[in-house]
Amino acid sequence: MTRLTRFTRTTAFKLSLLYIAVFTVMSGILLVYVAENTDHLMSEQVVQAVDSELKGLSDVYVRGGVRDLVQAIDRRSRHPDASLYLLTDFSGNALVGNIARLPTIVLEEADGGLRRVRYTQLGQESEDIERQAMVRTFELRGGFRLLVGRDLGDQLRFSTLLGNALRLWLVVVVVMAAITWLFVSRRVMKRIDDISATSRMIMNGDLSERLTIAGNDDEFDRLAVNLNTMLDRIELLMQSMKDVTDNIAHDLKTPLTRLQTRIEIALREAKGEAGYRGALEATLDETDHLLRIFNALLRIARIESMAPGSSIKPTDLNKLVAEVAELYEPLVEDEGGKLEVDIPADLKAECNRDLVSQVMVNLIENALKYGRPEEGGILIRLSGKEDDDRVILSVTDNGPGIPEKDMDRVMDRFVRLEESRSEPGTGLGLSLVKAVARLHGGDLRFKNGSPGLCARIDLAPVVPANSGSGNAEGGSTGRSEKPVGE
Amino acid sequence: MNPDSLAAAPHIHRRRQPFPFGESQSTKDGMLRILVIEDDPEAASYLVKGLSEFGHTADHAADGQTGLQMALDSSYDILIVDRMLPKMDGLSIIKELRRDGNHTPVLILSALGQVDDRVKGLKAGGDDYLPKPFAFTELQARVEALARRPQSASQVETTYTVGDLTLDRMAHSCRRGDTEIPLQPREFRLLEYLMQHAGQVVTRTMLLENVWEYHFDPQTNVIDVHISRLRGKIDKGFDTPLLHTIRGAGYTIRDAAH
Repeated sequence: MTRLTRFTRTTAFKLSLLYIAVFTVMSGILLVYVAENTDHLMSEQVVQAVDSELKGLSDVYVRGGVRDLVQAIDRRSRHPDASLYLLTDFSGNALVGNIARLPTIVLEEADGGLRRVRYTQLGQESEDIERQAMVRTFELRGGFRLLVGRDLGDQLRFSTLLGNALRLWLVVVVVMAAITWLFVSRRVMKRIDDISATSRMIMNGDLSERLTIAGNDDEFDRLAVNLNTMLDRIELLMQSMKDVTDNIAHDLKTPLTRLQTRIEIALREAKGEAGYRGALEATLDETDHLLRIFNALLRIARIESMAPGSSIKPTDLNKLVAEVAELYEPLVEDEGGKLEVDIPADLKAECNRDLVSQVMVNLIENALKYGRPEEGGILIRLSGKEDDDRVILSVTDNGPGIPEKDMDRVMDRFVRLEESRSEPGTGLGLSLVKAVARLHGGDLRFKNGSPGLCARIDLAPVVPANSGSGNAEGGSTGRSEKPVGE
Repeated sequence: MNPDSLAAAPHIHRRRQPFPFGESQSTKDGMLRILVIEDDPEAASYLVKGLSEFGHTADHAADGQTGLQMALDSSYDILIVDRMLPKMDGLSIIKELRRDGNHTPVLILSALGQVDDRVKGLKAGGDDYLPKPFAFTELQARVEALARRPQSASQVETTYTVGDLTLDRMAHSCRRGDTEIPLQPREFRLLEYLMQHAGQVVTRTMLLENVWEYHFDPQTNVIDVHISRLRGKIDKGFDTPLLHTIRGAGYTIRDAAH
């Protein structure tokens, strides 16, 4: 019962009912139209036949009087066809014809009008069977009355046939619709039940569950694909949240413990104001570090939760990178290294200046920390180019690179390869770079050069504001086209 | 201090005259009337206490409506407004004040984070923006920078002088005593900003925001290198150093003679 109720509540059920109703009404209208027209056509044929008989007989009567008319009727009524004749005298006795009985009123009102009557035919084995006919009756001189008509048997049989066909048609339509509805709604119900079941499993906590995709690319498949993509993202976010929680627990524990120890030692051992001041200043440094970690985490979270493509506008990358280079050049030089910039003068991309600048800053700082060669000064190269409809920005150093096995791991939050744990930093720099790259519809990739490490992100090129769909390839070749900025 | 100062663009902080540096509480002139509109009682008392310790008078409003009323009723030098408040949010308060013709400088505090929030805050009429959590020295430096903004464009000086160091903003030149000091454009901008806020502490974040227009904090001491290069140009070979590092806070440019 509940299953039936559930069934009747489905959209498929309601739609099917509606379709059945509409289809039935439409078929009905079509059939009635056809029947009406056929009936009309056949009636007209009957009238024409009667009229042409009448014309023939009236010619005979005008030429030869009643005697010839009797002969003609006698001759004609012997032919076994649908034509009916009757000639009566002034007292109403039948002189000649092929009609046995018919309502007397037809003969009395001999005004030539067309009438539909019931009659029985003469000289047939079916003499007792009442039949229908269309007749005209005329009064002739001397009280003679002439009736000419046509049997409607064929027409009636055809009407019955049409009526039966209509009923059969309706039955077939309803049955077919019902079968289709059953099939469709069962299928739909099954897909929806699958989705419901999977979502219940997900609600119960199993985030790895996914909706099945039938592979016929229908609306359910598309829905399932979208839902699965959504689930992928949710799972990823959940996972990264869990990772962060774990990592926070791990990485914040160290500075917090250090902080606690420092305060305890200061309380126990510090002498005089200078001692306390020193301890407090060291504490302040430690809290500064903690604050930096929190701020970096907040910023990454913020970027990751931003809608893709938001707060992004056409930006001159040449200027952006030059400004970052100008900020870092003194620092790199002080460390005995060199900073090089290699970017085409008119390279532009759809990006957020502040975020992409921070990406470059983080990558430079990363190179400074980990990209030093065994001997000689560090060489950091900032480059940009347009490639395959994407704008690539990269930071390359000449250091030892990173082991292949750690390539993906370095981008995770708080991950700092073991040998570098002692370096200052939050361990969040590359996570932020990755988050920014994702916000711009790109990604962060590493490649071990020879020597050194190349970190690159890709951004969307600026599409000229007035371009249509045909400009997709124009974007990569037509660098000279100045995009229309805001 | 007249609260009805003209709101200039947030990153163009200018001042009228060199302000004597020192612990703020020691100078009567440095005392500011500050209104803190913040609903978290702990954060509010931390702010009020901290500001009082530096010689300022700080009032506190715990919700948006009270805060707006207090800001309209009495004249404050600075408003510190949290973005998320009960009854009326921070941005609405600022919009309401500006509509009323009140141009008291506003420092917006926000836990909402960064990127586009700060743009919204400044668009609403805020003058500076500080994301939570922050170090108190950062807040203090920004409050004092805001308080010493020029009252109108006519008060913007074309020449800054600290001791025997002179920066001519029109001629884009810099002299110390009789020596002409050649500066790179960015060095000029850096010195200009420091001299605008002569006597005040300027934090690294403020420098990044106002000189480089970056709204994030690098992890390395990249600003220190620029400062030390600048110091090499303006202080090296002279008897009295003008550019000082304030530990745990930032930098200041001041004449020791004051």
